[in-house]
Amino acid sequence: MSNAISVKNGAEFNGAVRVSDAGLKGMITLRGDLSSTKLAAAVQETTGLAIPSRREIVFKGETGIAWMSPDELLIFCAYEQAEMQVAALTETLTGSHFLAVNVSDARAQFSLHGAGVREVIAKGSPANLSPAVLNPHEIRRTRLGQVAVAFWLSADDRLELVCFRSVGAFVYDWLCIAAAKDSLPEVY
Amino acid sequence: MSTRLKNGGRMIDRTKPVDFMWNGRKLSGFKGDTLASALLANDQMLVGRSFKYHRPRGIMAAGPEEPNALVNLGSGDRFEPNQRTTTTELFQGLTAKSQNHWPSLEFDVGAVNKHLSRVFPAGFYYKTFMFPRFAWKHVFEPIVRQAAGLGNVPTDRDADRYEYFYHHVDILVIGGGIAGLAATLAAGRSGATVMLLEQTADFGGRAVVDGGEIDGKPVQEWVGDTVAALKELPNVTLRPRTMGAGVYDHGYATGYERVNDHVPGDGRPRHRLWRIRTKRIVTATGAIERPISFAGNDIPGVMLAGSVRDFMVNHGVSLGDRVVIATNNDDAYRTAIAVKTAGLQVPLVVDARETVTGELPEQARAMGIQIATGTAISSVKGGKRVTAVAITPQNGTGHVTDEIACDIVAMSGGWSPVVHLWSHCGGKLNWDAEQAMFRPDGLRPPFGADGQGFVLVAGTANGYLDMAKVLHDAVAAGKRAAEEAGFQPSDEAVPLVDTKAESPILPVWTMPQVQSAKLQMKTWLDFQNDVKVSDVRLAAREGYESVEHTKRYTTLGMATDQGKLSNINGLAILADSLNAEIPQVGTTTFRPPYHPISFGAIAGEARGDIFKVLRRSPIHDWIDQNGGFWEPVGDWRRPYCFQKPGESVKDAVHREINQTRNSVGLLDASTLGKIIVKGPDAGRFLDMLYTNMMSTLKVGRCRYGLMCTENGFLSDDGVVARLSEDTFVCHTTSGGSDRIHAWMEEWLQTEWWDWEVYTANVTEQFAQIAIVGPKARQVIEKMGLDGLDVSAEALPFMAFAEGKIADIPARAFRISFSGELSYEIAVPAARGQAFWEAALAAGAEFGISPYGTEALHVMRAEKGFIMIGDETDGTVIPQDLGLSWAISKKKDDFLGKRAQQRSHMTDPNRWRLVGLETVDPQVVLPDGAYAVDGTTRANGIKNMIGRVTSTYWSPTLKRSIAMGLVEHGPERMGDIIVFPTVTGEEIKTKIVDPVFYDKEGARQNV
Amino acid sequence: MLLLTCPCCGVDADETELAPGGEAHVTRFGAGASDDDFEGYLFHRKNPKGVHFERWRHAMGCGKWFHAARATDTLEVFGTYSAQVLAPPKDLIEKIKLKRPDWEGF
Repeated sequence: MSNAISVKNGAEFNGAVRVSDAGLKGMITLRGDLSSTKLAAAVQETTGLAIPSRREIVFKGETGIAWMSPDELLIFCAYEQAEMQVAALTETLTGSHFLAVNVSDARAQFSLHGAGVREVIAKGSPANLSPAVLNPHEIRRTRLGQVAVAFWLSADDRLELVCFRSVGAFVYDWLCIAAAKDSLPEVY
Repeated sequence: MSTRLKNGGRMIDRTKPVDFMWNGRKLSGFKGDTLASALLANDQMLVGRSFKYHRPRGIMAAGPEEPNALVNLGSGDRFEPNQRTTTTELFQGLTAKSQNHWPSLEFDVGAVNKHLSRVFPAGFYYKTFMFPRFAWKHVFEPIVRQAAGLGNVPTDRDADRYEYFYHHVDILVIGGGIAGLAATLAAGRSGATVMLLEQTADFGGRAVVDGGEIDGKPVQEWVGDTVAALKELPNVTLRPRTMGAGVYDHGYATGYERVNDHVPGDGRPRHRLWRIRTKRIVTATGAIERPISFAGNDIPGVMLAGSVRDFMVNHGVSLGDRVVIATNNDDAYRTAIAVKTAGLQVPLVVDARETVTGELPEQARAMGIQIATGTAISSVKGGKRVTAVAITPQNGTGHVTDEIACDIVAMSGGWSPVVHLWSHCGGKLNWDAEQAMFRPDGLRPPFGADGQGFVLVAGTANGYLDMAKVLHDAVAAGKRAAEEAGFQPSDEAVPLVDTKAESPILPVWTMPQVQSAKLQMKTWLDFQNDVKVSDVRLAAREGYESVEHTKRYTTLGMATDQGKLSNINGLAILADSLNAEIPQVGTTTFRPPYHPISFGAIAGEARGDIFKVLRRSPIHDWIDQNGGFWEPVGDWRRPYCFQKPGESVKDAVHREINQTRNSVGLLDASTLGKIIVKGPDAGRFLDMLYTNMMSTLKVGRCRYGLMCTENGFLSDDGVVARLSEDTFVCHTTSGGSDRIHAWMEEWLQTEWWDWEVYTANVTEQFAQIAIVGPKARQVIEKMGLDGLDVSAEALPFMAFAEGKIADIPARAFRISFSGELSYEIAVPAARGQAFWEAALAAGAEFGISPYGTEALHVMRAEKGFIMIGDETDGTVIPQDLGLSWAISKKKDDFLGKRAQQRSHMTDPNRWRLVGLETVDPQVVLPDGAYAVDGTTRANGIKNMIGRVTSTYWSPTLKRSIAMGLVEHGPERMGDIIVFPTVTGEEIKTKIVDPVFYDKEGARQNV
Repeated sequence: MLLLTCPCCGVDADETELAPGGEAHVTRFGAGASDDDFEGYLFHRKNPKGVHFERWRHAMGCGKWFHAARATDTLEVFGTYSAQVLAPPKDLIEKIKLKRPDWEGF
């Protein structure tokens, strides 16, 4: 898959925080009855992880699961693994009502690194990013400026942000401007 | 003259001189000055001309209420007009120019307008707009153009950047005076997160100027200690230079932070707009002093009494050597005492009250200051500067008893609490007759989501003028805010204060009480908009009873200061004119922002490349680098065409069409919406969504479908493919993918939630590339096939197949929007560009060329295919477009079916789709042109019988083609109808079948 | 600038994350409905000054629809609840009656 390229092809910006294109990630939308044991078993078998609770995101290495809505999960894996995992889920879940679809190419992911990551995002999102509210195990779906995004803290100084691929370049530009040097209000 | 005092000025640092330019002259101030205080220290009292009459105007106030002293600030890409000198911190190299005058501040031609004041009465604009019409254009407009206008318009792109910041706190306190500080401390010690906004660079507000002691310490020291204590609290944020700009529903407030206005270009954002969500807001916004309405009260040198001592105490600036005080209350005596203490003269205190016995007046008397009670200013003498005042009894009509030489008149008509932020979201006010002020009514607050009031008021803003009461109120407000935000309130004690007893204010709305018409004409209410007492009285005489109407009629309070000084006086005059009580007349509506904020702050990050979201297809960069001529399609950019060097847009479009029709072309169709619909009820669901039957579609096949709203109108169209027994992919228009996905989810979540269907919007998962033309199959075969067969037999028209093309996983749909042999191939978006380049390489021997949206449009029109947004406009039903074949008659119901049975929808007179051929094939009909039948409607306009929806030059047919909606059109084949154009000519056009090219569909079905 | 708690994901959602969907609990009338019923479904809404039941979608969030009971005059929010019901929950109606004794009821 040498000719597969992520939306900003690995671009990076150093400002008040570092902003980088996280590269191609495997992502699978799984919709179904999140309370069903069959679905839990299928997810466990495919990812080795349990279904997260409301707004929770869990990771083990490259594999992760995010709770997206009451009937939707986003499963993370290596980009090359996504089709196989969709196939595996589909096989295990056959007979029940579900939808598993590879959305790896429909997404862009950016990594923000630095002490001010919360404040960069707080310039564009009405979500409460204060340390007292947003903890590292929560995925927050909201807007950034004018576009829908989801983000979570993978560490205190590290934030991952996912958006649609078509707006990936726009979001990257937005992040670079918001992350300009000497621009953080330093309230957190 | 105004000058710097030898001593004093708590804000300035006399060891740090700051140079600045004023009207091209180099002047000097000190660090800590405002532009206003620095100008006054340089004897620049005259700073501008008034808006309407170009009267000389001076600095009147020391804060955001200043109506006159607006200047052009900065230069080049940091130039900004209408900047308030009183809120502009001085910095090295500042350049400012006075505005609204020509040719110079001192000598202004426009000042002739003041002699024309009889042509600018209240309601001037309304009157002249009404009648007579010619007079507006030839008489009034030239005069108004000469007179009107504030500062200059910036010409350069703004060099600075601006941003938003969303913040969440339990309690927001607005105003950093002693009330705000005390409330913040009381709230902060409860453990709640508290943010305090202060519009200036320093905390303490007026109390520091007025002096006294709190908890046995000088106010300044208490402020310092309290700020230090607040900084110790980790849950408290102090934000100086940040103005509480607006209060909105559900605990939402905006703060306007002027980050680096005092150090421009230091690399930080210039302004930051805080968007704060909070449980409780405490407004501790203080009060603004009111002017007094006497004749000549706009002459430079007439100032607010409190501001006179602000400049003295804060900046060590003396405004003049002889200061006459005009007042109706005790507070102004603080100014008299301060002036006298500084060694300057107070020839007289003109006090409208008959008896004056408060502690402050007594102190003044003891200092030898003469007080004239029951007295008024009849008029102020002077042109560009006050020279004297004429004195008269307050209860008289203005006969002059004495004239006193002076160069400053310090006036105080009492204090108005700053209730703006309380009122922005619906907080109500009561008139306090005793104190002559509107005060917040705590029982009628703005309500929050919990049904409780979410704004509390503290201190002077709440109508308390006595320092002890201010602090008591503030501590209580802080505790109550904490409790209502869910915290155990602290046991913070109220600081102890020993205050001076003040005697009551006497409401004085004009001096003297009864003014002659001549005095009214020279008595200003609104200094910035040049509204006088005579204007408000005229409005009342003309029947204006509502304060809101009077405001608009006279423009009282409509300038950039939003009537901070004028509104109360104006409505009191109106009440007096109407013989009504002030509370019956009421106030005008307070709207955010409290004080003007920059457009940059409102725009925030959204400028330049990120002004508006831009969606890019996976092929976007390639298109950009290869001659793509962009056009916006929804939030996307799509190439209109691909221009070769030296080629016109039109020629490029025609070349692309000819290449595609004759050989092979390539289209980036990635923007088309793609939505997966899956589940046991997916077929049933799509049958409800589309007008035609989708549940009967065979796996592996495609079907074109139409979607309507419940009004019956056509909303979207596209090809549906059945991927498996329970899975479909629905294609939507480029602009429609999000809308249609949301539409599907709306029905599934809110109406048919028991149906087992899941959807996923996979629009962006795939680059979708159409390879189109007689050579399309050869190109694809040459790209290398693995696991799929694209032959006519294996992959017939309206079928799809999956496999690998050019070693890239692909799903190839044999669908056609051009009428040619066509494959739309979906590949993973990340490999879209690789696929695109592989197709170009494989097609090189056939001269393959990418084509844009215009070629797409022309080719579909040649085939008579409709386009959502061209043939539809939200009022068109499928039946209008000859699409009845796509409306199932077997289905019991679908969205829009019932509406399409309504009488107007089945009316045979509805305009319906036909093809249009101009009689002269060289003439292309204008887009949107209307056809007429030669008759005239009752209202005198030509009767229209149809309109053009799509019109092009067809390079294929070498003639013009068009489609349109025409009354009885399908029944009138061959008729000639007439389209008049804007230039007056008439285009004769024949009604024809809308399919112009390859009616049998032979070309696509090969 | 409203703040509504999305009952689907639990987020206190800023109005800018939400898309409004008009009056809640409107009964759909489709093919075969009488002219009056269809007209009522398509065009007639209560538009009260006071208690109102509304549809909202957490568009810039979990994407789910939900219902909100809200006062259109004071903007008080009585509660938010599932979109998959035909009428407001009983306990919510009781709560509103307590707060607004003069309310005509659902």
